[in-house]
Amino acid sequence: MSDDGAAVVAAVEAVAERLERERDHLTELDSAIGDADHGGNMARGWAEAADAARDLDDPEPETVVKAVGKTLMSEVGGASGPLFGGSLVFASAEITDGITAETAVAFAETYLEKVEDRGDARLGDQTMVDALTPAVHTFKKSIESDDIGTLEALAKAVAAAERGVAFTVPIRARKGRASYLGWRSVGHQDPGATSTLFILEEVLATAADELDADVPAVDAASPTIPDDETEADAADEE
Amino acid sequence: MKKLINDPDDVVDEMIDGMVAAHPDRFRRLPDTQVLVRDDAPVDDKVALVTGGGSGHEPTHAGYVGDGMLDGAAAGDVFSSPTADEFEALIDACDAGDGVLAVVKNYEGDVMNFDTAIELAEMEGVEVDSVVIDDDVAVEDSLYTSGRRGVCGTILVHKAAGAKAAEGADLAEVKRVAEKVVDNVGTMGMALTSCVTPEKGEPTFDLGDDEIELGIGIHGEPGTERTESMSADAVTDELTEAVLDDLDLDDGQEVLTIVNGMGGTPQMELFVVNRRLQELLGEHGLETWDAWVGDYMTSLDMMGASITVCAVDDELKDLLGAPADTPALTVR
Repeated sequence: MSDDGAAVVAAVEAVAERLERERDHLTELDSAIGDADHGGNMARGWAEAADAARDLDDPEPETVVKAVGKTLMSEVGGASGPLFGGSLVFASAEITDGITAETAVAFAETYLEKVEDRGDARLGDQTMVDALTPAVHTFKKSIESDDIGTLEALAKAVAAAERGVAFTVPIRARKGRASYLGWRSVGHQDPGATSTLFILEEVLATAADELDADVPAVDAASPTIPDDETEADAADEE
Repeated sequence: MKKLINDPDDVVDEMIDGMVAAHPDRFRRLPDTQVLVRDDAPVDDKVALVTGGGSGHEPTHAGYVGDGMLDGAAAGDVFSSPTADEFEALIDACDAGDGVLAVVKNYEGDVMNFDTAIELAEMEGVEVDSVVIDDDVAVEDSLYTSGRRGVCGTILVHKAAGAKAAEGADLAEVKRVAEKVVDNVGTMGMALTSCVTPEKGEPTFDLGDDEIELGIGIHGEPGTERTESMSADAVTDELTEAVLDDLDLDDGQEVLTIVNGMGGTPQMELFVVNRRLQELLGEHGLETWDAWVGDYMTSLDMMGASITVCAVDDELKDLLGAPADTPALTVR
């Protein structure tokens, strides 16, 4: 077993435990704007995923992530299966050679791209993309700057996701079941963005644990606005 | 409400076993799935045609598995999409190396799960394409979709694309005729009663004794308009005019029509509707090439009906009239 493979299994277990603890919280968020199944689905799906990860004979980061994605795909159902699970399966191809700062960035970008494509959602639609996009951009930008370590980059990404979750509250849902509420979706925190944040927080905590380090304190107000290059990309897409 | 079931959790599983028991020479259930495929799948030298979706619409989907139509179908739980891994198993089991066309009704869960399965199958080297059906003219966006819903017109896609595949056409050609049907078909439905899901055991929406719902979907979602109960002729006029408005057909156009029961409607009433439908088409200067009446795409025990009109040309007439041998539809 590679150390990294074991670390990914540990992260999955941490996520499963966290989502079980947050089950009622997520159900409450979802019952306000959806069909109240997100808490149960995620808790059940990730518990099964943790079992699948533990059952692997020789876990490598890629095989663990792929097994988790496949399990979520078959256990979570609805739109969350393809979004949370399918995207993991596709992104796992980026870490076939293990996890480095560079492959982690590629993994994060592919994951975001798959979620955006599958859900046809973009930043500002009140979906999980609102937590993912700032997290992925911040992670990438931080890794690319020479003076920020990988763990700190991950911490910055989590802080960015947290702000992304807060950003879902005042906006109107344009994708997902909440979008049928129209303006009535305003004022509600998106459950998918919230569970995405929980997942990222547990990945960060596990990474810190594995490195025997404290979770770095980061400036919550650090800029997460995409830099010039990514702004240009966004403009191209429109 | 009374239901002829054992445990709501087992309904789909037990239904599938019962279907295989009824047609052991036609169906094979893939192990550990809710997927039924032709017993002889994969069929060599043929594009495979597959579909799937929530259960509760019987005889859709597996009822159309057989010669001249589908190669296999995945059944989700009642009114829920099958998961992506079930769709992937379906695609793998039906692909004989000539490609697979997935027929997807436009519901977010179905589309996302099928798209994920298609991408995974493509990574394994299977050539897969899909066509999305959105024939319901009642709504642009609904409780379950962005864009229009896919409803009873789907059967005609199974029929035409299935016949094209049986001819040995390639994937692009099979997809072309599937899209041709989609471009030429429209449907609108109405309900006298709500359906009752096994899970909930009570109506999914309340409808008074003297009320009907127009523009309903096939999952017990409410319609676009609730009105006082009307005569069969008046209902037929409402539904047909809405479909014809959307299709905007030329004078003299030949059409195939379907009067589809929603699961709890007596055949007698469907024929009464068909009588008025054919009268009305004549008034519009349209010519009926074929008229189907029956339960094709249901919503459990809902009482109600939908009307489908599909403009047909020589090519579609050949394909829709070609032989098919399935449990739910036989053309000789």
